[in-house]
Amino acid sequence: MANLKVLKNRIASVKSTRKITKAMQMVAAAKLRRAQEAAEASRPYTERFNAVMAGLAASVGGSDSAPKLLSGTGSDKVNLLVVMTSERGLCGGFNTNIVKKAKSHAQALLAAGKEVKILTVGKKGRDQLKRDFSAHLVGHVDMSEVKRLGYADAQGVAKDVLNRFDDGEFDVATLFYANFVNVVSQVPQAQQIIPAKFDGEGADEGVSTLFDYEPSEEAILADLLPRGVATAIFSGLLENAASEQGARMSAMDNATRNAGDMIDSLTIEYNRSRQAVITNELIEIISGAEAL
Amino acid sequence: MADTMQFDLVSPERRLASLQVTSVQIPGADGDMTAMEGHAPTITTLRPGVLTVNGPDGATDYVVTGGFAEITSTGVSVLAERAMAKGDMTQEHLNEMIEEAKTTYAKAKEFWHNEPGPVDDAAKLLSDMVAMGTHIGLDPEKPNF
Repeated sequence: MANLKVLKNRIASVKSTRKITKAMQMVAAAKLRRAQEAAEASRPYTERFNAVMAGLAASVGGSDSAPKLLSGTGSDKVNLLVVMTSERGLCGGFNTNIVKKAKSHAQALLAAGKEVKILTVGKKGRDQLKRDFSAHLVGHVDMSEVKRLGYADAQGVAKDVLNRFDDGEFDVATLFYANFVNVVSQVPQAQQIIPAKFDGEGADEGVSTLFDYEPSEEAILADLLPRGVATAIFSGLLENAASEQGARMSAMDNATRNAGDMIDSLTIEYNRSRQAVITNELIEIISGAEAL
Repeated sequence: MADTMQFDLVSPERRLASLQVTSVQIPGADGDMTAMEGHAPTITTLRPGVLTVNGPDGATDYVVTGGFAEITSTGVSVLAERAMAKGDMTQEHLNEMIEEAKTTYAKAKEFWHNEPGPVDDAAKLLSDMVAMGTHIGLDPEKPNF
């Protein structure tokens, strides 16, 4: 029988753990709402942007003069994987799922004889990728200082990616993040950002209306494509932020429940041993009395 | 009179305006233009400047930088990288923007030696920023107290 004192301490410690996880869950819930609102607010921009870009890309894309960001470098040898994860842990399988997706993508590319470079955004993904792909890591963007995700943060990442592209460091860039479906489900996603791909209903719409372009179609496209990269990264970051909080919320909900179960079973064990001690003492008293 | 059209002003972070208006003055990259209902479908990039919206409750000014405007016969949507109501624009914001433009300019000068294109673009961006500051009554160089 475990010592009573030890059991009591155990219960106290699990109780305080439960308090912490409960608090974290509630914080995550509040943050989740904010993150969702932010993601919601960016949607009109992203949608309009992609619709216009799809129209532009459809009309210019075929020509030889199309910018490299749209048509590609003509090769797909060197691949850059931009892996976006969170800065903090304790959010269930959130980071692992994204990293797993990126890893399998990287392995497939390596098996096909391609070159792989990895740019990480967020500490947790970097830590996990360091084990198997340390030779492929080319850079890291630290987001730990970012309190409230703004478009400027996405622009920073985009600038990094675009500079590398201009320097000819890679041919294809793919973005990895988790798409927020609901609180219990976040789907890791791979999205190709360079060469840019625009799909959706906007393509037809753009063609059906004949626009005048000021300055020229090419100039607008050249101006907007880098912004498109930033926009894609921004919406990825926002999705990621919402997903992270959602994952943390459900992970902490589980932890709170587990702690509750643990407290229950420990309390039963504690009561049993207390009863056993009492019974023991009674037996000793009674046998002592009988011996007289 | 009072033919109106739909006007939307969105930035990546939020939707700033969505209302029926009579005309919109857009700071286009090639020059200002005013769009009214029935305008020919046009897409133009923006230069940093002031966007004036003439709506039912009078004119509203917004400061916009970067992005583009999509004009159709029934409406205007402006997608600006940064947009805020003119009243919210402070000296700090302006300083920050000008500082950014200056850095871009300095970098462009350093990076492109024989190609004037990008350097000129950066210089134009900077001068546009300064012009915008003057236009809305803020001092582009010194902080105002």
